[in-house]
This record gives sequence, structure tokens and C-alpha cells, in this order.
Amino acid sequence: MSLKELLKKKETAIVAQWFDRVVNTYQLDTSRFLKSQKDAFANPVGNTLLQGLKAVFDETTDRMDNETVISFLDPIIRIRALQDFSASKAVGFVFFLKEIIREQTAKETQGNAALQAEMLLFESKIDELALTAFDIYMQCREKVYEIKANEVRNRTFTAFHRAGLVADWEEEPRH
Amino acid sequence: MADDLLKPDELLARTDHRPPATGWMDTPVNIRKGMYCYAANPKSVEYLSLPYARQWNPVEDDWKLPENWKQIIFEGIRDRLDRFRSFKIFMDICVRCGACADKCHFFIGTGDPKNMPVLRAELLRSIYRNDFTTAGKIFGKVAGARPMTAEVLKEWWYYFFQCTECRRCSVFCPYGIDTAEITIIARELLNLLGLNIDWIATPVANCFRTGNHLGIQPHAFKDMLEFFVDDLEEITGIRVEPSFNRKGADILFITPSGDVFADPGTYTCMGYMLLFHYLREKYGFDITWSTYASEGGNFGFFTSHETMKRLNSKMYAEAKRLGVKWILGGECGHMWRVIHQYMDTMNGPADFLEEPVSPITGTKFENARGTKMVHLSEFTADLIKHGKLELDPSRNDNLKVTFHDSCNPARGMGLLDEPRYVIKNVCKHFYEMPPNTIRENTFCCGSGSGLNAGENMELRLSGGLPRANAVKYVHEKHGVNMLACVCAIDRAVLPPLMDYWVPGVDVTGLTELVANALILPGEKERETNLRGEPLPGMEE
Ligand code: SF4
Ligand code: SF4
Repeated sequence: MSLKELLKKKETAIVAQWFDRVVNTYQLDTSRFLKSQKDAFANPVGNTLLQGLKAVFDETTDRMDNETVISFLDPIIRIRALQDFSASKAVGFVFFLKEIIREQTAKETQGNAALQAEMLLFESKIDELALTAFDIYMQCREKVYEIKANEVRNRTFTAFHRAGLVADWEEEPRH
Repeated sequence: MADDLLKPDELLARTDHRPPATGWMDTPVNIRKGMYCYAANPKSVEYLSLPYARQWNPVEDDWKLPENWKQIIFEGIRDRLDRFRSFKIFMDICVRCGACADKCHFFIGTGDPKNMPVLRAELLRSIYRNDFTTAGKIFGKVAGARPMTAEVLKEWWYYFFQCTECRRCSVFCPYGIDTAEITIIARELLNLLGLNIDWIATPVANCFRTGNHLGIQPHAFKDMLEFFVDDLEEITGIRVEPSFNRKGADILFITPSGDVFADPGTYTCMGYMLLFHYLREKYGFDITWSTYASEGGNFGFFTSHETMKRLNSKMYAEAKRLGVKWILGGECGHMWRVIHQYMDTMNGPADFLEEPVSPITGTKFENARGTKMVHLSEFTADLIKHGKLELDPSRNDNLKVTFHDSCNPARGMGLLDEPRYVIKNVCKHFYEMPPNTIRENTFCCGSGSGLNAGENMELRLSGGLPRANAVKYVHEKHGVNMLACVCAIDRAVLPPLMDYWVPGVDVTGLTELVANALILPGEKERETNLRGEPLPGMEE
């Protein structure tokens, strides 16, 4: 059996474990909620994770089409880029996949040189994934700063100010 | 960021690090950049005669509190327990069933358990138990009590300014506990120590001084509307003539100043002007704007009951001065919550005004009997229902519209069907978001209750995730490209929210859509909408 076939066979278990590990990066009360609430609109974070991780895994074991990978990684990282995570924590969940796969395939790969070689190749795909994740993270952070800088409200206010239409505190007569 | 930098060998270990499972009382508050708003400018605090105006910085250890601050908080709680029965009840009756826990957009978006409404309330309730209940005094932590400390105070400040007072949680509480009311009290208590945020305190001071949150003076307010007159003439060929501060007008119009100064609210404002012109030409409708009561919004509501009252009273003082019959209110959010829930007992009854009756259809707005103030969506829906508006909805054919129920008009006053009725009459393509995200269950924009500053963008964007997620769904499923709303804060904050989560969706007020469809007597063939974009079929 090729690694690809093996991973396909174990897909459900691998994705479930990956989801679990990512969800466990949140505090206990939160991870409980992320796992249990199944409604996609009541629980957008949990749902985005579940859908996204599954799709990313599929893609990694398959064509590894960059566009598709980005389209599923982006929503996850877009969320984590705002939450209380350092950059390494926000994207580091990608590496969980390495450990999980090693664990899940330990029995089969033992003593099987062909599978082991395939595994090395596969792990480099995960490294690639992590780099993509980091790019997305940077784009999200840049977007946040861009939004902060450009909020229409501020722009308009500045325009008003320039036109001398807003009174400054300094102009206030003493009272 | 420096404390985020780890040694390489620590990196991988830490990415998998599960946060320690400490109880919430033992989890210290971490005031994180992007999640809080700057401290109030002392000048604004002083201007409002609020206590302890000073420079202080939330991320510094020393908040420069008055020496007897614990006493002030204790007395503040005691005083409010006496004055507000609801507060006392909300402190006592929560059974911690958890029904509200996962209903807050801030919890859903940030994943921070202290944003669960039940925990948010518990931050204050634990002190109440400690100081005001026998069980708490005797059993302490076992009974969910803890003493007041500087750490607790910081936690209050951080998390009560992470609640938009949207009331979504209250919809799910079997006891009707309204965490928004608890936040309102908590913010009052914080204000007793001079701990407001600048995005609230300075607009309130401005409003108190010049009549609106931005400090736009009367002549500038008028200038701005006159710019719009020119724009409208270019688009429609018709010169509208808004009237200002006119004594003896039938009706006074009040809208948030955001409509006058910030895109895309300005297009809604132009919409009001076209609508009023149409009604005057056709039916002799007689309405005036005020350059003094030039703010419908009321950031006083986010400060204290007294401050809210002071700002609200200006609108009624102006109505009295001008001698109008009643007030028509524009598309605003919390203005309506203040009017609907507080005005009557606070500054009412407004006996000097008449019970509102539409001069065009004769409809009596009985729901506004006490406050004498009618919501423009209701007024417009009534006009459409009576066939009083000539409309060409095909001018909005390029739009696929969905409607965001703003928390205050929706949950605060039950305005659910009128805006939808209006949209469906002026646009052909309307799609609802999923049912658990609209109407009474609507998700907040994430920036209400004075939290629409720039420095807390991470908070706003993550709090807005549940709303944006539902928009994304209709965007992908039906190609929705326009998010309509009846709130000025929404018009200001939804565009950046869409920019981050659902690029390709724009934001509009209702009356902008109405004005685009409205066929004015004597108008030229319109080539563009109010934004100056080509109408469908008019693209080159
Ligand atoms: S009022 Fe709204 S923001 Fe505040 S706790 Fe309840 S759901 Fe959250
Ligand atoms: S739903 Fe009501 S009773 Fe239940 S935990 Fe929340 S506030 Fe308390």
C-alpha cells in the first residue's frame, strides 16, 4: 500500500485528531464549545476549522494545488490572526499534522523503507504548507493594519478637520 | 511583541501548548493590544464634570486611582442596588445554567471564556456576593465570592469594554437576565473612578458642547448638507431645499451625525433629503433639520444614566423651541434604544408634542404615543403601503441585498419587518441570512456601544466574525453584494468588517436604496445612483 492510500484509509482518524489538537490550543471552556456546537453559524470558528482542516488534508495527500490550499487555510488563519495567539501559535498548528501522521502510521512504516521514503517527501509538503500559512498570516496582519489606518471614518474626519469645519478644544473659550 | 519571541527549540513546543486550565478567578487579566480602547482624554472627562479626570494608561501598572477607590465602588454598587431593581435581581437570580454562555459574538469570535455573558456578569457578581450577601461573606470563594482588588478592577475595565450591550445573550436566558444592563452599571461604576475610554468620553463631551459627537458646529453641519444639495442636483437635475432650525415646522428631523459626515452614511443622508423633497412637492410635507440637535446618537448611554439623560434632553428641548408637532428619527441604532426604553421615564412625557400622525397617510403611530418620535423606516413603510411613493426598483437591479438587523432597532424595539418591507419594494433581489443570525437573534456588528474606535480593531473584527460569517454565506450562495442596515454605527463599521472577512460586499442605509428608486416629479433621466456610479443599463 502506498502512503497515499494509507493516509486515505486513515483520513477520518487523522483529521479528527488534528481538529482536536487545534481546538485544544484554546482554553478549556472554549474548546468544549468549539467541539460540541455543530451549527455552522452559531460556531463559525469550530466549523471553519473542521471544514478547513479536512480540505487541507485532502489536498496535501492529493494534488497539493496551491490555490486550493490557500482557499482553505486562509479562513482558519484569518481567525487566528486576530485571536490571542503569537504568530508561531497562530500558524504552528500545521506542524501538528506531522506528529499525528507519524503516530497514525507508525505500525505500517516500521521496517518499510519505501513508505519511510514517501513519508519524508510527505513531511516536506507539510513544511511547504507551514510556509504558506505564514504568508497568509502576514497578509492578514497587514490587512488589519491597513484597515486601522484607512478607516473611512477617520479619513472623513480628517477631511472635515482640514476644511476647518471641526472646532478644536484649544479654540474653546475659557469657562 | 518582544515577549512573543521564543528560542527556536521552544517554538514547536509552544505551538502545541494548551492554556492552563485554571478557574476563571485565578486566570489573570492580560490587557492585549488591539483589544482595548485608549483611556479618556482628561479634558473631555472634565468637560462633562465627571470625577477623577487624569492621564492614565491601561497597560501601565499604576492607574492613578483615588486612594479611597474601593469605598467609591462599594458605595456605587450599593446606591445602584437601591435605585435599579433590575440590577439587584440580575445579581441574585442567575443559576449559571449556561444557556447564554455561547451566544455572545465576542466569545464566539475571540474564544476568550471571559466573554461568555455568564462569566462577564460573574466578574461583577462575585464582588456583589462578597460585599452584599451573607453567603458570600461567610463562604467566600466557595460561594462564588471574591474581594475587590486592583486586578479585579482591571478585569472589569477590560471586559466591560468588550461587551457591545447588544442583548443577544438575554434572548436565550430563561430568567431574562440582561447582561447588557449589567455592563451598563459596570461602566457607570468605572466612570466613578474616571475610567472611561476616549472613543466614548470625547464624543459625549463634543455632543454636550456642539450638539453632535464630532464637534461639528452648526454652520459646518449646514455647509455639509449644502454640498449634498449640489451633488443631488447633478444626479437628479433637481435642487432640493432642506430647511434648518425653522420654527413652526410640522416635524423635526433628527439623525446621527455620522450620516452627515461619514461615507457611506452620507448617501443615506442624501436619500433623506430626496425623500423629504419628494414628499413636500407631492403632499406639502413640512419638516425641518436642526443644526443644534444635530445628533441622534447618544454615547451618553455608554457612560451613565445621567449622561444619557443630558444628551437625550437636547433633542426634546429643540423640539420644544421650534414648536414642532413631533419628531421623525433617521436610521440610527442606539438612539432608538434610548428613545424606546428610557426616554419616557427619563425626560418624558413629552407632553408639549402631539401624538405622531403621518400627515400624508393619516396613520397614527400609536407605539410612539409617549416619546413622540417615529422611526423613518416605519414612516417610509407606511408611505409605500399606502402607495404614496412612485418607485422604480429596477434602478437597484445591480444589487443583491441582504439586511443586517442592528441590535438596537431589532432587539431593543422590535423593528423587524418594516425595513424588510421597504427593501423588498425598492429592490428586486433580496436574500435573508440564516435564521439564527437575524431578527431577534441577530449578531452584533461587533463595534457598538462606543467600541468603534480604531485601536481596538482586533476586537472589532473578531467580534464581528459571526455577523460576517453569515454575510459570507449569502455572498457565496446568492452573490449578495450589498449589506443594508438602519444604523449609522453599522454604516461606519461594517465596511471594514466586510473588507476583512467578505471582500466584495458593500454597505448601505435603507433610505439610500429608497432614494435611488424614487421617481421625483420633474427629474432628469438619471444616469447614476447617489454614489455617482452608473445605474444598471447606463454603463458605458
Ligand atoms: S450584551 Fe451582547 S456583547 Fe454583551 S455579553 Fe451579551 S451578547 Fe455579549
Ligand atoms: S442564561 Fe441566564 S441564568 Fe443561565 S447562566 Fe446565563 S444569565 Fe445565568
